[in-house]
Order: sequence, then structure tokens, then C-alpha cells
Amino acid sequence: MDQANSALEQGRTKVERTEREIIVTRTFDAPARLVFEAWTTPELFKRWWAPRSLGMHLRSVDLDVRTGGTYRLEFGEDPASSMAFFGNYVEVVPNAKIVWTNDEGAEEGSVTTVTFEEQGGKTLLTLSELYPSKEALEANAGAEGAMPEQFDQLEELLGELG
Amino acid sequence: MVQFNDPRLDASFAALSDATRRGVLAQLSQSDSSISDLADRFHMTLTGMKKHVGVLEHAGLITTEKVGRVRTCRIGGRGLEAEAAWIDWYRSVWDARFDELDKVVQQLKDREKSDGSGK
Repeated sequence: MDQANSALEQGRTKVERTEREIIVTRTFDAPARLVFEAWTTPELFKRWWAPRSLGMHLRSVDLDVRTGGTYRLEFGEDPASSMAFFGNYVEVVPNAKIVWTNDEGAEEGSVTTVTFEEQGGKTLLTLSELYPSKEALEANAGAEGAMPEQFDQLEELLGELG
Repeated sequence: MVQFNDPRLDASFAALSDATRRGVLAQLSQSDSSISDLADRFHMTLTGMKKHVGVLEHAGLITTEKVGRVRTCRIGGRGLEAEAAWIDWYRSVWDARFDELDKVVQQLKDREKSDGSGK
């Protein structure tokens, strides 16, 4: 029951954690091919990957979604404060599965696997981030969620709280 | 259950939003360390590390104790809460992202419907 204990379900996104893996699940009310299209088409991807509510700004998106292809995402308001995330697609199965590496860190990065499972016109999306070690997971998980500008906002908030 | 309007939780999110501070937490989960040890390990000035330690302490994720001239940091007494806050923070990122993805997907679905109805 360890997994059940560490699962947090609020809103419609569920997160579970094991020692070196984080698993995120969510169901979308649409066929898998549409969720896959939104994930793999740069103009569409750009509209959801960096939600404004998180204070993220996605400057550029390059996605070559095919087995052996590469991707590169750049965040930040301007080139000076830019932060890049990049890697390559290890496996791509249209409308079903995407596996990519996260190579921006100095050390061995995580491998992300997304599967799209269609059931009765709905799609269960499962995203797994597998880290080389427990320590790597704790040090790096969700680094993308912590952009410098967002960090500044939080720091201000913290100042007000203090 | 943790509350979203809990200032302590906001402080936890802020504390965990920084890669160095997550690294410090990971390090302290292995063993207690002095601030100067942490500064060395993370290639940082003592002043810079003091700030990070201050943020973590304020969030209740670690405690510090000064003995003589050395301030020792250890993982805080709110271990389980810290774990929950960490996962919650991660979930909030994906939840916000997937809310936006949902909107994009619904638009694609509507587009197909209107195409299908012969417009």
C-alpha cells in the first residue's frame, strides 16, 4: 500500500512516487490521436507546456518527434535569462507512446515515458520520469517547474510572509 | 490533508522551487552538515548558503543549531509533511499544464466535430 499512501489526488491529476520514479496520470475526454497531436505539434505544445499560472514563459520550441529525433525547449523572457531543456526521442509510437531523455543536467538525467491509452473515446495519459537514483530524483525532479522568474516571485512572496 | 492557502505550504513550495535547496535537502537527508560544508559542496559563498538555509528553515523543512562557532543543519521534524509538500508542488506543475492541454485537446475535438458535420 506504499504507493497508495504516497499518491496525491487533487484536481484531476494524480501523482505517485516510488524510489526513483515519479508517475503522473490524467484522463482526457478525447481520442488518443488528438492528445498525441497536441503533444507533438510545436504550435499546440507551446500553448500548454508553460502555463501562465506558473509564471513560465516558453521562448522557443523545437520538436522532431520521431524515434532518434531531438527536441529543445527554451524558457525565459529574453536570451540573457534563457534556460534550455533538451534531449532526444528514444522511442515514438504514433498515438500511443513517446519516450525521451532529459539531457540538460550535468549528470545523467531522467528518462520520461508518456503513454496514451484510449478506452471508450477517452484517453488515459501516464507520464513516468525515471531517475538513475533516488538522490537524483530528489535533487532534480520538476526542475522545469522552477524557472528563475517564478522563483523570484516566490521569493518575494516568502519575503512578505516572513 | 495540506491546505493550499496554508502560508507554511507556500513557504514549502518556495523553498522547494530552487534546485540548490532541493540538493541541500537531499544532502541533509543523508547526514547533518554545517553551513560551511554545504557551501563547499554546492560551490557557493557562505552568505549565499546562509540564505538558502534560512529559506529552508523558515519553511520548516530543516532545523539548525549553533554549537560554538558552527551552525549544524538537519532535516526538519516535519519529514512527512515535507514529502507531501514536495509531491504536491510537483503535482501542481503538472495539473496546471494538463488543464491547458485539456483546453487544446477540446479545441481539436470541436474542430473535428464541425469538420464531420459537413461545414
